Amino acid sequence: MIPHWKRSAAELAGDVSAGRADAVEILDAHRAQAARWDPAVHALLGRDDEAARRVASSRPQGPLAGVPFIAKDNLCTRGLRTTCGSRILEPYVPPYDATVIARLRAAGAVLYAKANCDEFAMGSSMENSAFGPSRNPYDLERVPGGSSGGSAVATATGMGTFALGSETGGSVRQPASFTNLVGLKPTYGRLSRYGLVAFGSSLDQVGVFARSVADCALVFSVMAGPDENDMTTRPDGAFSLDGLDVSARAGKGLAIGVPRNILAEGLHPEVQAAQARAEEALGRAGVRVKEVHLVPPAACVATYYLLATAEASSNLARFDGVRYGFRAQLADDLLSLYTKTRGQGFGSEVKRRILLGTFALSAGYYDAYYRKALQARRRIRSDLHAALSGVDALLLPTAPTPAFRLGEKATDPLAMYLSDIFTIGANLAGIPALNVPCGFTADGLPVGMQLVGPAQGEGTLFRLGAALESALGGERRWPELAVGAAS
Amino acid sequence: MTIDKDTVRHVALLARLELSEAELERYARELSAVLDYVAQLDALGLEHEEPLAQVNDEFAKAREDRARPAPLSRAEALSQAPAQDGTYFLVPPVVEYLEP
Repeated sequence: MIPHWKRSAAELAGDVSAGRADAVEILDAHRAQAARWDPAVHALLGRDDEAARRVASSRPQGPLAGVPFIAKDNLCTRGLRTTCGSRILEPYVPPYDATVIARLRAAGAVLYAKANCDEFAMGSSMENSAFGPSRNPYDLERVPGGSSGGSAVATATGMGTFALGSETGGSVRQPASFTNLVGLKPTYGRLSRYGLVAFGSSLDQVGVFARSVADCALVFSVMAGPDENDMTTRPDGAFSLDGLDVSARAGKGLAIGVPRNILAEGLHPEVQAAQARAEEALGRAGVRVKEVHLVPPAACVATYYLLATAEASSNLARFDGVRYGFRAQLADDLLSLYTKTRGQGFGSEVKRRILLGTFALSAGYYDAYYRKALQARRRIRSDLHAALSGVDALLLPTAPTPAFRLGEKATDPLAMYLSDIFTIGANLAGIPALNVPCGFTADGLPVGMQLVGPAQGEGTLFRLGAALESALGGERRWPELAVGAAS
Repeated sequence: MTIDKDTVRHVALLARLELSEAELERYARELSAVLDYVAQLDALGLEHEEPLAQVNDEFAKAREDRARPAPLSRAEALSQAPAQDGTYFLVPPVVEYLEP
């Protein structure tokens, strides 16, 4: 029999609902995976030891009945510590659940742990977590990607059937591509941000990690839809699984666009090979492949690092040592309480971004930097809309390289920012994008490709993703834990 | 664009961040490099482009202004504070006391 931790959300929930499987046993199987892997990969932060008792005492019901999941530690969870990977929130225990967490719980899903992340979701490698990096289960010397790297690792190793992450600029898709997972960044406004600790509010969106397109769609359908606690949710944001085809034939008759002009240079040869594999596989599945044109993605990185940091500098002003979290000692007036608390409580990348954002918004520089980035954002969105006008979705690499080594980019902020070069456009434009695993490098590292669609185009992305998944075929390649690797 | 240490010091005060001399030097160097990189936006010719701050303005609207029960009790709202007295958050003195 297949162990519970390898099974899909739909299978587990079906068995629990029908009384064929015991939710406590399912949870235990996933916890055992965590016990086995986590010493080597450090995916998890806080654990909810009450979860097992809750499951045992209340028979889970709903479309995710008894399905264990992990949430990134920037999603508020009632009674369960939520640190954002930061010292400044180390003691914080939220008195409420984020809307997405509440909706998953109501659907029967079981949250039992929180996932490590780059501090305040700022990073692409997990090296910015104040509690130490997570590692890639396919090669422990390499990063799992960030900032939702802990959620990715937890899903890839079977600690959770799925996990929640968040994206401001590629933070779900890039780690999904590094760890052989399906990763969804939804249309801005389809998932509530209530209870997601804010980084760049006009960009932030909760995302899903799963091991199949079907599971990803199921989890998304449970969470999507308007929320009166988040004024930026779309009234038409709900997503129904009714009529959604995730079979091998699901892509037949659809068309994808490939932006060859931005894929010509600087692409890792193994990523280039994955792009070719994906195009060929979709072709076999009856999908037409066309060529489209996009603005150079370096402009997206430049725009993003001005807008996201400007919004972050404002959002992170709330961490002042007064209402929650860490407070510095020996502050004898209010100003030094603020400056010492924030100087000591934030890590170096967070401080770097607050400084950049404050600078871009400050008197004398606002027009040259912040306003210009807002103008560039409109250009980038128009450009993506134009590229999408004659096709159902775009197909391009999620990251320019497979997973890199720990330390490789840690001392060069710009090099790190460029690992998000292909993902950021979708965040700036507010449109959905889905990472789909597309094989492995010769060294055994996963490579993912992304499908990018128009606003509200998740259904089409799921169809194309499922077609790609089936056409590439084969049994899932799970990571293997070398004997003695746990430290 | 080159940012010097004094500019970083000024921005750090605006952002309420206490930084060491070593941090000031490092951030001056790193932020200068990032600003050089973002200068490429000048080549896009954006003069006539309208700024775009929010992608779904057409939906985002303020909800009806009506009173609702507070989602948190006072005790819950205070529960995470580093210093509180059961009624208020406590902070160091904000107003100086002058001898009459």
